Amino acid sequence: MSSQPEEGHLIDAATVAAATVGQPMVKAEQVWKSFGKLEVLKGVDFVVQPQQTFVLLGPSGGGKSTLLRCINHLEKIDAGRLYVAGELMGYKERGKVLHEMKARDVARQRASIGMVFQRFNLFPHKTAIENVMEAPIKVQHVPRKQAETEAEALLRSVGLGEKLDTYPAQLSGGQQQRVAIARALAMKPKLMLFDEPTSALDPELVGEVLEVMKQLARDGMTMVVVTHEMGFAKEVADGVALIDGGVIAEQGPPMEVLVNPKEERTKLFLSKVLA
Amino acid sequence: MSISSPDKGGAAAAGGPAAAARPDAIKAIPVRHWGRWISAAVITYLLVALVYSFVASPNIDWPTVWQYLFKPLTLIGLARTIEVTFLCMVVGAAGGVMLAVMRLSDNPVLSWIAWGYIWFFRGTPVYVQIILWANIGVMWTHFYAGLPFTGLVFGSTPSGPLVQNLLVVAVLALGLNEAAYAAELVRAGIISVDAGQMEAASSLGMSPTLTMRRIVLPQAMRVIIPTFGNETISMLKTTSLLAVVGGGVEMFGRLQNIYAQTFQIMPLLVVACIWYLVVTSILTLGQARLEAYFGKGFGMQETEAAEKRTARRTLRANAAAEKSHGDQGRA
Repeated sequence: MSSQPEEGHLIDAATVAAATVGQPMVKAEQVWKSFGKLEVLKGVDFVVQPQQTFVLLGPSGGGKSTLLRCINHLEKIDAGRLYVAGELMGYKERGKVLHEMKARDVARQRASIGMVFQRFNLFPHKTAIENVMEAPIKVQHVPRKQAETEAEALLRSVGLGEKLDTYPAQLSGGQQQRVAIARALAMKPKLMLFDEPTSALDPELVGEVLEVMKQLARDGMTMVVVTHEMGFAKEVADGVALIDGGVIAEQGPPMEVLVNPKEERTKLFLSKVLA
Repeated sequence: MSISSPDKGGAAAAGGPAAAARPDAIKAIPVRHWGRWISAAVITYLLVALVYSFVASPNIDWPTVWQYLFKPLTLIGLARTIEVTFLCMVVGAAGGVMLAVMRLSDNPVLSWIAWGYIWFFRGTPVYVQIILWANIGVMWTHFYAGLPFTGLVFGSTPSGPLVQNLLVVAVLALGLNEAAYAAELVRAGIISVDAGQMEAASSLGMSPTLTMRRIVLPQAMRVIIPTFGNETISMLKTTSLLAVVGGGVEMFGRLQNIYAQTFQIMPLLVVACIWYLVVTSILTLGQARLEAYFGKGFGMQETEAAEKRTARRTLRANAAAEKSHGDQGRA
């Protein structure tokens, strides 16, 4: 039987415990990626430990969203290795030879990685609760009753108990993004990826989404977040990395990188963002 | 600061000297469109004359029209027209979805086969295709089970019984033709679905097939249904072309067979028109309902449905609470 998160928590203890066994949650080794002739990532290395929140910062076009999309293999990397919970993403390594994974196996890997998009990408033909129930029922074959109970609990815990049967078109941006977070959490992922989750929101709606993300971080979810919210990075992040020109210009704890940056590139970026 | 508000509440709330009373509503004499009235009168006059010349014409024998309108022969023909339309649209829709998915497939062979199919069936007239399928028995006298080009044959059967069946010819000719058009429709529908939908579905671990079935196609339907409704109406009328192969597999061929002998051409054509109009009108109504169904989530009209579901949910929750309360009472 599946466990339920305790009152006031977004994820249950078992999920947290499962994430803390031994190895790093995300390990990127010399990741390269290009679109045609355009080199977007040029050898990126980083590690995210379980229960940590890792924030990717940097100017637009610097490659941070691409890097995030490489983590769950929405983009194929051209060189290097990307591991999630010790498992190579999208490939199987036998000896020294890489074999591409079948679509079904990639889907299985992705099922344990939640992703939240800038443009929400809710399914418009399904109500809030149907959005949340869809993947547990169809992918994990959770019984309908149980999926519905869990979806309802999740939507309540992100403050949308009144909007269960509402279609996305009738929800505000902030509400849609909270449904999207609940939808990702319904799969009980071991890792959550956020791709500029507040960039498409009206300023007064940013707070409600950040609040849910902070709660997730407190609950011990491992998260990789691409964002321009400096306040969030300072308050929540365990590590931040500044990505520019396809490389990590600087990375470390937020208080070092954001308060006392060593690199000129970081100082320049911060002076623009904080101005 | 003085803000005068036109509504009563605002004026009362402001209450100051600047809050003037609401002025009288404008009562203006509307512009008279004399030109419109005159042209409408002229057109109506001409139209009445035209209809009268048709209805009162001694060349249309109205009693014959009424007589044939409800004759079993006509009604059975109408039933067969609807049957053929339905079968052809089923074949067309299934084939269309399959071809559209093939066309969008990463597999170049599948994509090119679909392209070639669409190229052939859209590039030749449907009338010619009907005659071609009616005569296909000349080309394929037998069906074989075996390995082509190897001379290996496990068995064979004459094609006659199948390809001389007019219903089979009708469904092959119109259904396969429709599949080509439907394929382009479905493809346009699939392409119209935001790429973010597929990304969201795959990030949830949904396989490409599941994503297509549960996420993409239902949304594509919203774009496809209106046009597919038109295709159905068009198909109903296109079945009349089957008259060329004779045999009365649909209504118009049967009526044609009669007037070829009795020379009651106009009355029977009127009978055909009346029935086609009746059925196309009904189909148009059905189309509106389908559009409403597949448009869910895209309008504001489902607030009521959502409210009902919420009410049901609350009822269930209350019932459950009561039950658990009762259990506690017993314990």
